[in-house]
Amino acid sequence: MGILEVKGVNKRFGGLQALGDVNLSVKENTVHAIIGPNGAGKSTLLNCLVGKLIPDTGSVMFDGQSVLGRKPHEINQMGISRVFQTPEIFGDLTVLENVLIPCFAKRDGAFRMHAFETVAHEKEIVDRALHMLDDVNMAEKRDMHAASLSRGDKRRLEMAMCLVQEPKLLLLDEPTAGMARADTNNTIDLLRHIKATRDITMAIIEHDMHVVFSLADRITVLAQGTPLVEDVPEKIKGHPKVQEAYLGQSQHGHH
Amino acid sequence: MFGLNAKDTRFLLIVVFLTLATPILLQPFPESSSLAQFNAGYPDLMQKFAIFGIFAIGFNILFGLTGYLSFGHAAFLGVGSYTVVWMYKLLSYNILPGLVLSIIISALFALVIGFISLRRSGIYFSILTLAFAQMSYNLAYSVLTPITNGETGLQVYTNDPQVLMGANSPTSPHLFGLVMRESVQVDMGGWLFTFNIGYYFCAIIAILAFYISLRIFRSPFGMMLRAIKTNQTRMNYTGLNSRPYTLAAFVISGMYAGLAGGLLAAMDPLAGAERMQWTASGEVVLMTILGGAGTLMGPVLGAGFIKYCENIFSKINDGILHSWFAFLPDGIENFLVTLVHPFVGKGWHLTLGILFMLVVIFLPGGLVEGFQRISRLFRSKRVKDGPRRKDPEHHPKSAPHVAE
Amino acid sequence: MEAIILQILNGLDKGSAYALIALGLTLIFGTLGVVNFAHGALFMIGAFCAVVMQRLLGLSYEQVDPTKTDFLGNPLKVQVPYVESWFGPEIGGAIVDWSVPLAIVLAIPVMVILGFVMERGLIKHFYKRPHADQILVTFGLAIVLQEVIKYFFGANPIQSGAPAALSGSFDFGAMLGFDPNVVIYPFWRLVYFLFSLVIIAGVFAFLQFTTFGMVVRAGMADRETVGLLGIDIDRRFTIMFGLAAAVAGLAGVMYTPILAPNYHMGMDFLVLSFVVVVVGGMGSLPGAVAAGFLLGILQSFASMNEVKSIIPGIDQVIIYLVAIVILLTRPRGLMGRKGVMED
Repeated sequence: MGILEVKGVNKRFGGLQALGDVNLSVKENTVHAIIGPNGAGKSTLLNCLVGKLIPDTGSVMFDGQSVLGRKPHEINQMGISRVFQTPEIFGDLTVLENVLIPCFAKRDGAFRMHAFETVAHEKEIVDRALHMLDDVNMAEKRDMHAASLSRGDKRRLEMAMCLVQEPKLLLLDEPTAGMARADTNNTIDLLRHIKATRDITMAIIEHDMHVVFSLADRITVLAQGTPLVEDVPEKIKGHPKVQEAYLGQSQHGHH
Repeated sequence: MFGLNAKDTRFLLIVVFLTLATPILLQPFPESSSLAQFNAGYPDLMQKFAIFGIFAIGFNILFGLTGYLSFGHAAFLGVGSYTVVWMYKLLSYNILPGLVLSIIISALFALVIGFISLRRSGIYFSILTLAFAQMSYNLAYSVLTPITNGETGLQVYTNDPQVLMGANSPTSPHLFGLVMRESVQVDMGGWLFTFNIGYYFCAIIAILAFYISLRIFRSPFGMMLRAIKTNQTRMNYTGLNSRPYTLAAFVISGMYAGLAGGLLAAMDPLAGAERMQWTASGEVVLMTILGGAGTLMGPVLGAGFIKYCENIFSKINDGILHSWFAFLPDGIENFLVTLVHPFVGKGWHLTLGILFMLVVIFLPGGLVEGFQRISRLFRSKRVKDGPRRKDPEHHPKSAPHVAE
Repeated sequence: MEAIILQILNGLDKGSAYALIALGLTLIFGTLGVVNFAHGALFMIGAFCAVVMQRLLGLSYEQVDPTKTDFLGNPLKVQVPYVESWFGPEIGGAIVDWSVPLAIVLAIPVMVILGFVMERGLIKHFYKRPHADQILVTFGLAIVLQEVIKYFFGANPIQSGAPAALSGSFDFGAMLGFDPNVVIYPFWRLVYFLFSLVIIAGVFAFLQFTTFGMVVRAGMADRETVGLLGIDIDRRFTIMFGLAAAVAGLAGVMYTPILAPNYHMGMDFLVLSFVVVVVGGMGSLPGAVAAGFLLGILQSFASMNEVKSIIPGIDQVIIYLVAIVILLTRPRGLMGRKGVMED
């Protein structure tokens, strides 16, 4: 029984079958990658996992509870944090404040009227945030405006904001999309570091094979809205079905 | 002190000092001098500084922090005024019950209007608040006349019940016998200072209002509000429900507006529907932006600036202009008077409009940003290479010096 | 039945004004992405073009009329408008009488130039700024424009009448076969309604059938793509701003016989027109027109005594009430595209 269980999920948009009978099980403390060519239904699947879309049929269970029909903040409070394709951070706030907010959300829940407390007096939370920034090598940038960070640092910060909540599941939506090779490698190193230093479950939606094979414990290949095959990376590489549906096509695409 | 760090305490103490010394500070010119018309140390105007300061401070908690631009806050101002006058009519001229009730009633109003309006954001939110305020205004003028006394405005009549009125009770607004319109005048070698009870009452409440807003700015709640302004998507995916946060901000700012409206009636026992018109909502927007939205002092400065100009500029007439330029040759004098004439007196709104445009175009951070730029200019001249630290007091966008 | 027709008719002229202003507002929003709070001021300036025209045509010189004497027996001096001395009293008098429609000739260039100047000088710099900034700067501009008008024309409303031939009323009910003297309708309101229909049809035809209009419509749908085609969209958008200003101005010129122009009439109409735009759907031209007439007629129904006796005060709030309900249930408005300005 995995921490995230997707069973028999179907989703149609008009005449288009975006997802067809998707079954997926993400085991605790593993990195599970979902790959597939463009239009395979990766984003639709992700949106079903975070409550943005509700599947026509099927169930999405997280930690024994259904996530369907829940709002994003409720899903986060269940223990799912999300990293976006383009980093979503609080641009007008400082780096430290960016990390403080998820700390408060974790401790105080979706809403608390803490208008007469002072941020600076919350020693425990401030320490935790500073520690987190240290962990991603951003401690010296704590007073910078988040909007003025480099793209790579923004990604780092977003990751820190998610990790500081100690989520049971970290969802990553193409975390290296649009990045230069050097930034991609930095992100891979960061993810490896995270994986090595803490117990965490990650689900990565990714297009870049390099990223997937250097991180994932298990890989699900999605094609035309249906999972083709699910296995460990070594087996996926040589799998004829995958070659045909994904690698072959993507190699053509690069020519 | 007061749950603030050393820097904020110093800042608060400066504000307290400035507020209490206002009757002296705003009277820099001797009565006999030709510049005496620029003095602003008379009770009526000083009360307005404090009251509209409160209004703008409250508006800033909503607009400055969350970025939700309400065009309907005048409705709460009106509600506050009507409440206080009704308490005069029913109980007595003691302002306390009315003020407490004005905060409660405007909070309830804000809760309902905010609950509905905050289901939308951006321009739609602005239009919704505008629609609610215009509805209140139109109703106050028409069918609600039994409550609002329509166009005449609500006031106290001799046949009103006033059940708590004793034989010796004051016949104008007072706080347990302290009559608001009473003043002490001190003549010090040509300088005339007026210390008005009403002003000091408003000033103490304004200081309290400012202190609360300072605490909110430094609180996790305030940080959440700023987060909402920056990125609601991230806010929601961080496990925070932005709706109750914005609603709380809306209600708080509505209470500030209600209190301000109540104070207006506490100084002058009248309430009229025109206080609820959308142009009055626009005025508080002007004050906040002009001073600097999202900064602590900005709204107060903006309110003071606009009320000062309104009172002083609108009093300048051609005679005064001529006396200013009298030292020049006649032709030039007349030319200058003609040139300045459209911008003063009745035309001061024109000056206000131009000023407001200039601020939005060149100084989106308002007067506070202007002062910052100037002070930075001086500082960078002094210490060329030194690291420039932004002053957190005047710049809430930077860290609220968490680790200090 | 007669009562219903009467109310529909009564709602038409206000609805026409709402529709025309909202049309310009939504055109500007749809093309430039700018929320223009100064649009009401443009309507107001249009109305004052009519006042200016009236005064220009009324310019006169003094002449001694030998046929008349004052009570002391001295020859009487009379004011003779120049137009009367040029064209003779009959044609000249007619020209003066028709000053409101003639003001269109003045209003079009004035408004177009004003629109160009506004867009190039101010609005252009606000395309990339937040909507709140756009609202605020145009709000400031609206204050400036109305104060300038107040400076030159004073604070009191200035009467300017319709041409004598069109200033009466007629029995519209009798024409439709109802009892006479039930549905009496002023001529000028009908003229205003027809005029607005012509303008609306003109704008739609312009956008529908010209290449220029096609590009603009494409730009409204997807600005980036059109930009990528190498079409100079900015220049066209300037022209659209001028057009929108002219539409608002013309709406103002022709409205003067219905409402004597005053300097704050723009603000009054702006708030309602904004509500109209939102109800119709931000960026939707047909939506703006439909919502304009709809709300105008609704308002006039709400002012019927029968309705007011059931729900007191409904006439004061109906438009806002409708706007609130629509915004909450259908945020994109009657005909708007999804997601426009949701953030």
